[in-house]
Amino acid sequence: MQAYLKLDHIDKIFTRGNASTEVLKDINLTIEKGEYVSIIGHSGCGKSTLLNIVAGLTGATNGGVLLENREVNSPGPDRAVVFQNHSLLPWLTVYENVKLGVDKVFARTKSKAGRDAWVMHNLSLVQMAHAKDKRPSEISGGMKQRVGIARALAMEPKVLLLDEPFGALDALTRAHLQDSVMALHQKLGNTILMITHDVDEAVLLSDRIVMMTNGPSARIGEVLEVPLARPRKRLELATNPGYLKCRQRVLEFLYERHSFVEAA
Amino acid sequence: MSMPAMKTEMLEVAISPAVAAAPVVTMTPKRAPRAERYARMAKESAARVVPPLIVVALLLVVWELICRRAGSSLPPPSKVFKDTRELILDPFFDNGGIDKGLFWHLSASLQRVAYGYSLAAIAGIALGTLVGQSVWAMRGLDPLFQILRTIPPLAWLPLSLAAFRDGQPSAIFVIFITSVWPIIINTAVGIRNIPQDYRNVAAVVQLNPLEFFTKIMIPAAAPYMFTGLRIGIGLSWLAIVAAEMLIGGVGIGFFIWDAWNSSHISEIILALFYVGIIGFVLDRLIAGLGRIVTRGTAAN
Repeated sequence: MQAYLKLDHIDKIFTRGNASTEVLKDINLTIEKGEYVSIIGHSGCGKSTLLNIVAGLTGATNGGVLLENREVNSPGPDRAVVFQNHSLLPWLTVYENVKLGVDKVFARTKSKAGRDAWVMHNLSLVQMAHAKDKRPSEISGGMKQRVGIARALAMEPKVLLLDEPFGALDALTRAHLQDSVMALHQKLGNTILMITHDVDEAVLLSDRIVMMTNGPSARIGEVLEVPLARPRKRLELATNPGYLKCRQRVLEFLYERHSFVEAA
Repeated sequence: MSMPAMKTEMLEVAISPAVAAAPVVTMTPKRAPRAERYARMAKESAARVVPPLIVVALLLVVWELICRRAGSSLPPPSKVFKDTRELILDPFFDNGGIDKGLFWHLSASLQRVAYGYSLAAIAGIALGTLVGQSVWAMRGLDPLFQILRTIPPLAWLPLSLAAFRDGQPSAIFVIFITSVWPIIINTAVGIRNIPQDYRNVAAVVQLNPLEFFTKIMIPAAAPYMFTGLRIGIGLSWLAIVAAEMLIGGVGIGFFIWDAWNSSHISEIILALFYVGIIGFVLDRLIAGLGRIVTRGTAAN
């Protein structure tokens, strides 16, 4: 396996005063180019911390992140993040929110007209071109998240990081957006690392599912390959034995072997 | 004495078409018939204009009744109007020295406020940003600010007269030092309250410090800044009248003091009325500016 993104022996210890908590212990993971990998675990297991470390927003205590064999330890557009709560800037329009990143990333390589066209191209990828002049407060939660995805895609990241991107959405909108992300992955072949706590979502979207044990000192408990052919169809998979088996494996891991311990 | 009524009416007429028209245009596809719209508009403005008119009229009547008897120390409204007729009707006369119309006094005061307040806005936002952004700047400066801001405006005046040796810059300095504290403190709170999400976005996009300041900090903290700016303009106007009483020259503050020394009580009352109206307009001006600048920011 060729390592495109490599998480190398990552430990994370939070220290406050004299008390220190080890959140993550010895996380090793390699991700291929074009692969869709999900990280699943109970809340509080440190999966968001792990994503922040990959994004460079939080530093690892030990170990590091290698992208194309180069260490990355500060945030940058090559690892664009889609945040759970969309994090669009409310004083900018949809267009300007996407443009913010595009103007920085393509300041030298694209002309003004080229950048404009690229923003519109990415907005149409997520079917949001029609709302380009609206402000975030004027569009629905699902639409905001679409714009968040467009903003991240428009930076042409090497790795797209999704931090529970569908967590704050209602079930119908969530399914719709999952299909969109699947279609985008199919079309653009991005490398994607996604945090989730939804078993169906993980199985439906991922090539591999990384299951994390409970914190403190969370580790990677198990990595499951999802051997389902793409493109995947939500309805057909509902009765597919391969899909059900994967789903079963993840459920067993989460609820039998590493069930959530209150106040752990 | 029909001034308050006229003023409110004018404001209502100016404001209500915009307020009433906006929802009609954007929300409902079909326009209501014109006559009906005007009738509703008239009804809405009447509901807002009539109650204050009644209150003002009642107060004038009470005032008239209390002060009309002979030997009263304050003049009744009818006498105030009779005494100050010329000042009201001709605010633009200029007989040299300080014998000028009220327009010139008010504009001199407003000019001082404009200078002092502009300086305070610039310095306040800059210092507030520094204190909000840097923990060490806050630890160093905040205790100082907390003590300095409690010093009454006029207490600064002798010191600034000693430093500048001139009335004009001293008055401007008093305005500055009075209005700068709320601007600093509110800006600092606004900067400190910028959500981590926005900082994360800026980090991923790799904005440089200048871009971060103009594209994230200023718009995110703008609602707080305008709270400070609004308190600041109110304090400036409070301070200028008091400062001008002491420094003399042309200005509404000294006009009031001069009227007192000449026992022209009616002129004092007229001047107070103008001071109140202008303070109100200044406050609304900054509030309106804030609404325009922060559109969208506060909505989320």
